[in-house]
Amino acid sequence: MSAVLAVGPLASVTVPPLEIPALVLPALVDTLIMVGIVMAIVVLVGVPLGALVHNLAPGGLIEHRALHTALSWTISVGRSLPFLILMASIVPFTRFITGTNIGIAAAVVPMSIAGIAFFTRIVENSLRSVPVELVRVARASGASPLQIVTSVQLGEAVPSIIGGLTINTIAMIEYSAIAGTIGAGGIGYVAVTYGYQRFDHGVMLATIVILVALVAVVQLTGDRLVRATTPRARRDRANTPRSIPA
Amino acid sequence: MIQIEKLTKRYGDAERGVLVLDSLSLGVASREIAAVVGPSGAGKSTLAQCTTLLERPTSGSIIVNGDELTGLRESELRLARRRIGTVFQADGLLSRRTVAQNVALPLEYLGVTRAGIRSRVGDLLDRVGLLDKAQRYPHELSGGQRQRVGIARALALRPSVLLSDEATSGLDPESTASVVALLKELRDELDLSILFITHEMDTVLAVADTVARLDHGRIVEAGPLVDLLRDPDSALGATLRPYRSALPAAPNETAWRVQYSEDAVPPNWIAELSTELGTPVSLLGASIETVHGRAVGHATIGLAVADAGLALAALRRLGLEGGPIEPAAAGSVDEAGPGIPATAVDRAPALEAAS
Repeated sequence: MSAVLAVGPLASVTVPPLEIPALVLPALVDTLIMVGIVMAIVVLVGVPLGALVHNLAPGGLIEHRALHTALSWTISVGRSLPFLILMASIVPFTRFITGTNIGIAAAVVPMSIAGIAFFTRIVENSLRSVPVELVRVARASGASPLQIVTSVQLGEAVPSIIGGLTINTIAMIEYSAIAGTIGAGGIGYVAVTYGYQRFDHGVMLATIVILVALVAVVQLTGDRLVRATTPRARRDRANTPRSIPA
Repeated sequence: MIQIEKLTKRYGDAERGVLVLDSLSLGVASREIAAVVGPSGAGKSTLAQCTTLLERPTSGSIIVNGDELTGLRESELRLARRRIGTVFQADGLLSRRTVAQNVALPLEYLGVTRAGIRSRVGDLLDRVGLLDKAQRYPHELSGGQRQRVGIARALALRPSVLLSDEATSGLDPESTASVVALLKELRDELDLSILFITHEMDTVLAVADTVARLDHGRIVEAGPLVDLLRDPDSALGATLRPYRSALPAAPNETAWRVQYSEDAVPPNWIAELSTELGTPVSLLGASIETVHGRAVGHATIGLAVADAGLALAALRRLGLEGGPIEPAAAGSVDEAGPGIPATAVDRAPALEAAS
């Protein structure tokens, strides 16, 4: 808090310490909404897309060289643009989809595009680590390609995909802060407008603490989920609910 | 039963491609375990891949119970695959599913109802002796137990043919024995035809009714296991039960190598031979056992007889075949005939040196 007092001449424009929560907490809710919507879209699109890219590749279930190359290139383009540039370059598209280029709705579009490209690669990489013998066994057991993807590839990769989802979610929290600079709202917006442009160190500190805590909670939750979905990692088997054999 | 006819698999084009299977024919009757052995690179795994219809052969056919399965469309192939159960070398269990859920997989793929799956999985696990492990995860089981789960899964769709692709390779001797015992039991109970592909000769002795030796994509020798073991000229028989090094014969004796060739070899044949020839018989080395309850084996003996023909006739009366080992002829490839496996050739000089 001493930082706030030390500002001296600018003290008139700093937010009083007691009012910081009222400023920052609604912004946190905005961030959670933004990241939540984006992650829902990212998972819904990224998982099938990642499975598709993996299986179009040589040795995949529906090998197709041309389609694989085209799709892979598209994803790479999405991956290679820095988020700020991607966001700025697709403004017309964003306005076409949402009718606006500011606010949460406008931020969701570029964040989803960047997130999907990111997550598709994560899913692809997770599926690559599933042993090919398992696919062979499933084929010999009479599984269709779709059944192989869901029961074997995605089924076995669940812990790895959840780990990737954690990384992806944290990246999206970061992107939401960048989106904040063009008026998307949320923690990033508060940090930029109060902390950076108005040298309000109190607000800046509060946003930093919240972001660190948020990322820590996401990471912790992700780690727990990975453990819970990996039978080998479950320490306390006796307390694990067992499903009826299906 | 399964009939493999003129199966040919070529990778690449006709001139520069690799011919992995060369017009291979093989049949496995119902309630028969047919082993296919051969060195690595002989085409064993390609044979397995083609038999399970995971790999399309270049030509030839796979016929299960009279139905030709090659040449089907991809969607039909998927159904056809269900008629052949496969046990792989790696157990191939899904790590995030319990034993019961793993066994249930082929049934789920087929779309069996939940109740149907539950009762079928219970039966299968009971059959392989793992009912108490139903709710365990694969990492909690031993290698042999995991392979039993693999067998239960392979049997889920009631196939008439079971393909075992190096299923016991990498298991410890005890687990191998338990898997082999299980396969024999299942063969009898479920009237299975089992095609047992392996490179482990000891396992072949324990499990096979018939053996075929695969080399360079062709079956170079095949026959009922006991017949091969009793045939002194069989290279495959010699590979399955190799001669170990024997003691050297005394200076006045000649070393003979004799082989059980009939069921009725008296257990005291050495004493009987000695009486008949009126000369002591020295035992220099021997390996006798029963395969499918029938005696097989061979021995190296030292004989001090002038008339080899007399000794040969006496041996034949006792149900043995063989003859003196001529040090000069030792290790001669011609003696064993063409198609002799490298291992048999390698072992022969070692034996001769010892005797």
